[in-house]
Order: sequence, then structure tokens, then C-alpha cells
Amino acid sequence: MIAEALIVSAILFVIGVVGVLTRRNAIILFMCAELMLNAVNLSFVALAKMHNVTGQVFVVMVMTIAAAEAAVGLAILISVFRHFGTVDLSSLRTLRG
Amino acid sequence: MNGFYEFQFYLFSLLAIASALLFVTRRNPVPASLWLVNVMLALAGLYVMLDAPFVGVIQVLVYAGAIMVVFVFVVMLLNLGRSEITDIRSLGARLGAGLVGLALLANLLVVQRQRIPRVALAPSVDNVVNDVAASLFTDYLVAFELTSLVLLVAVIGAVLLAKKRVRL
Repeated sequence: MIAEALIVSAILFVIGVVGVLTRRNAIILFMCAELMLNAVNLSFVALAKMHNVTGQVFVVMVMTIAAAEAAVGLAILISVFRHFGTVDLSSLRTLRG
Repeated sequence: MNGFYEFQFYLFSLLAIASALLFVTRRNPVPASLWLVNVMLALAGLYVMLDAPFVGVIQVLVYAGAIMVVFVFVVMLLNLGRSEITDIRSLGARLGAGLVGLALLANLLVVQRQRIPRVALAPSVDNVVNDVAASLFTDYLVAFELTSLVLLVAVIGAVLLAKKRVRL
């Protein structure tokens, strides 16, 4: 069951990566990042079953940091939307040379 | 009993992968976020099947309950719910992303096949919550307390970033 869990984790992570590469909406990109964090958490839990409970402690830590990251990131997104009127990444080209 | 667990495990795995695929392919952010909630609930089920019920409960409470509510709230605040134009990139970009994804997946699977030692399973502990709490409040106490500091900074930063500029 552990090897299967690691395979599922790899598939979910790759889906998150493909989502980041194919979408332009910044909120969807954030959600893809959350999906990748979840995939890594699944690896941690599976390996915690193999070794000891430390992996589950790591997962708790990852979840709190993910919550903090989501709060700050979405606040930045609201700020960007107020300034530019959009969160479409292809129209945020101020820094493009 | 064991077969029952394995069946549930495969069921939740399929649910998680299918929901993740639907999440990535939805054009509208609201259905996409709801499919992502579905992924997280399926992952909570997977955690329970992997002898981690505490992490499963936390997953439902924190991820599906709190973080995704913030996401949906921001989608509605920015009024992104009815986007007629798609935000999915062109066919070439999608093909490139698919190739990158396949390469990464092959890479991950090869690494897993080689590096995971086939050890016997650790005996299933009776009370996982006790073990997690003991580990969290003794070995990782400093990290735990620092996490509270990170959350405090994140709350202050989010409020500062998102509030309206006041003309002084």
C-alpha cells in the first residue's frame, strides 16, 4: 500500500505541475501549488507508516505553513487586482523587457 | 479487514486522481476550487487508510474547511466566477506542459522504484494521536512554537496587504 501511495502522490504532484504550466489565472496557480503540497503530504504519511510517526508531525507543520502561505498570497492577489484590475498573469507584464 | 482497507485505498486514490484532473481542466475557477476540495477530502480518506486518522481529520478541518474557503472567498471577491474567455494557454504550451509532466512523472517513478527499501511494515500503533502529540511537544517543540510566530506574521501581513489604502 505504501508504494501505491507514493505513485498516487507522484501523479497528483505532476497534475499540479501541469496545471501551473497550462493556466494563466493566478488563483488557479495558487490552487495548483496547494495540490502539490497535498501530494507531498501524502508521501510523508505513507513513509510515516513505513518508519515512525515523525512524518505525520511534518505534515502538521506543512499544513500550518500552507495556511500562512495561502493567506499572504491571496492578500497579495487582492492587492494586485486592485492595482491592475485583473489576475490574468499574461496581462501583468510590467517587468517584461 | 485488510482487503477492505485496500479496496477503500484504491477507491480514494482513483477519486483523488480523477478529481485532480477535473480540477485542472475546469475553465471556471468556482468548479475548479470545488473539485480541489474533493481532492482534499479523498486525500483525507487516504490518510485514514494509511493509519493516520489524526492527519486525516486535520486535513478536513484545515485544508477543505479553512484554506479552500479562503480561496472561494477570494474568487467571489474578485468576481472571477463567470469568465467567458478561457485562461488555459495555447495548444503548443499545453503540449509542452504535457511533455514536461510526463518526463517528471517518469523521473519520480524511477526514483521511487530504486530508493524505497522494501522493509517490513512498522507495527500499526494503537494510539497515533498520542505519538504525534508526544513527538510534536517534545522533540519538535521549538519548531511548533516558531510556527505560531509564522502564523502571527502571516495574519498581520495579510491584513496589511489587503486593506484599502487610506489617504492621510
